[in-house]
Amino acid sequence: MDKLSDTLGRFGGVNLLPLALAAVAFVLIGAPSSWVTLTIAGLSMGMMVFLMASGLSLVFGLMDVLNFGHSAFISFGAFVAASVLAALGGWLDGGPMLAAAALALALIAAIAFGLAAGLFFETVIIRPVYRDHLRQILITMGALIVSEQIILAVWGGTPITVPRPPFLEGAWIIGDVSIEIYRLFAFGLGAAVFVGLMVLLNRTRIGLLIRAGVENREMVEALGFKIDRLFIGVFMLGSALAALGGAMWAGYETLITPALGGEMMIVVFIVVIIGGLGSIEGTLLGAIIVGLTANYVGYLAPKLALASNMILMMTILMWRPSGLRPAVK
Amino acid sequence: MKQTFGTLTVKTAMLVIFALLLFAPFLFQDIRALEVAARICIFIVLVASYDLLIGYTGIVSFAHTMFFGFGAYGSAIALKQMGPGWDAVALGTAAGVLVSLVVATAIGLVSLRVKAIFFAMITLAAASVVLVLASQLSQITGGEDGMTYRTPDLFKTATKLLVADDGKVVRWFGVKLNGKLAAYYFVFFTSLVLFLVMLRITVSPLGTVLKAIRENEARAEAIGYRVVAYRTFVFCLSAVVASLAGSIYALWLKYTGPDTALSFAIMIDILLMVVIGGMGTMWGAVIGAVLMVMAQYYLRDLMGAASEAVAGIPLLPELLAPDRWLFWLGIIFILLVYFFPKGIVGTLNTKGVRS
Repeated sequence: MDKLSDTLGRFGGVNLLPLALAAVAFVLIGAPSSWVTLTIAGLSMGMMVFLMASGLSLVFGLMDVLNFGHSAFISFGAFVAASVLAALGGWLDGGPMLAAAALALALIAAIAFGLAAGLFFETVIIRPVYRDHLRQILITMGALIVSEQIILAVWGGTPITVPRPPFLEGAWIIGDVSIEIYRLFAFGLGAAVFVGLMVLLNRTRIGLLIRAGVENREMVEALGFKIDRLFIGVFMLGSALAALGGAMWAGYETLITPALGGEMMIVVFIVVIIGGLGSIEGTLLGAIIVGLTANYVGYLAPKLALASNMILMMTILMWRPSGLRPAVK
Repeated sequence: MKQTFGTLTVKTAMLVIFALLLFAPFLFQDIRALEVAARICIFIVLVASYDLLIGYTGIVSFAHTMFFGFGAYGSAIALKQMGPGWDAVALGTAAGVLVSLVVATAIGLVSLRVKAIFFAMITLAAASVVLVLASQLSQITGGEDGMTYRTPDLFKTATKLLVADDGKVVRWFGVKLNGKLAAYYFVFFTSLVLFLVMLRITVSPLGTVLKAIRENEARAEAIGYRVVAYRTFVFCLSAVVASLAGSIYALWLKYTGPDTALSFAIMIDILLMVVIGGMGTMWGAVIGAVLMVMAQYYLRDLMGAASEAVAGIPLLPELLAPDRWLFWLGIIFILLVYFFPKGIVGTLNTKGVRS
């Protein structure tokens, strides 16, 4: 038994879970073409959820702050991007260059908004309640209520359609497998962000400080680094990623309502809990597992789809109470 | 404890609220006021049971409406399937309590060992799954529309409690002694009993242990109290009380749906009430519930007027629209947590006390 777990550990340990999941699903589904479609859908959903969840996890790991208002950034990102795309509607039909520019502008607007909102949130809402979990939960909850109401006041309660650039519409058909282009785009973007974050955390000086801060905050302060500024930076980065994730999700759903943030928040929470708070790899792992499970179960047993995430979370918590790859001990 | 201006104010307010609720049907003779009074009674119980968790023990749960909903749906489904009768009420309430107890024990044992923040997230996830299930299983729960049903005959508006010689309902001080009155007093007295039971618990040795856990978990454990067991117990207790409150509410409303019994909006209401009134004191629950329910019913009218008054200015009318009242409550909530973390009652209680 020990030997088996050793061998498993050498090949990646818990990182093998998505592969195992995919293999089991392959047997259960039986049809390779639908399996490929579902797997790609699951991976791209996982990547978008990863974008939303990574900020939450990082902020918790570094600052010991859990932001229940995180979903506000997701909704704001989605709505800002949708508004920009709607405003630049003419560009979308004006050839691939203009359409790409419009898309880039929309994503940049979402990111910029996320950065600004993160700065505001950190300094005004969260700064006064560091190290007080109860009040943190309450305050960020209050901020979430206010943000949701602002979204309702500005954009109204009716669903908004999100225009997509034409070059992201449609699907590639290889044999009898059809792959939606938008999903590939979402997957690529998510992967790029993941690689970027890994480089930032593991190869740069700032990343070193962040990791050191996660490990032992007092020590980093004692060495003379201004960890407060680092906090603000990480918080803004996290909010911007959430906004980007929201914007991507808006393009994926193409019809968004103000309830979007709340719906995604549950998924994000589950991902962060499964992955283990504070670690980027854990969050990615959790996001991919959740994305795959959601798609496979949605195909195999649609009735179970809603409860599947919950069951998944419970199972993993029983097995590993602090998540699959926790960074915080 | 020495009497100070603050504690006296709280006590006076309690007496006034008690008297107003006791004589509500006679004092305010319109349907809406009676609705408000009944809602206040039920929310006092609900908020007090939540305060046992958040205020006394320091557990943040977002699943409290879930238990409220179990009770409400239990009664509602039983009344719908078995017809109006006391056996249906008893069975439905018992079923609701049982489900609450089982779910609370499961959640508690699995996750009360972990950090407060983890627990909050897990309860939030569980509550949202139940909410989705309730709207999906529409054959049983009526889905988004909820369900209407008939309650036992005693609570019908047409029921005459006392009949005069001419066959008409007897009036006391101009109030008809009909089933509506019976229903209100049923709500009032069951709520009162539940509230008094909780009040008794908080001043018992158990309440002291809970406060010890809130203040210093490691120390309570070191003294020899089994923290996880106590936490699980209080979580189950508050779940049962919430479930009972839900059953009462289902009986009063004669309607149960996601919006009245299960939605996340109710959870936010409860949070606001606890924080506004004051965490860690049962009286806070009373004040918070009274203020919030009044605000829910009457603030919207006020905001409608305000919205029309500023019609020319951009964005302000939208923010002042009656539907946006949560916006302002959210801001008040944040300010309260910053500046008065003890809430109204907590702040009043310490007023005049020299420390």
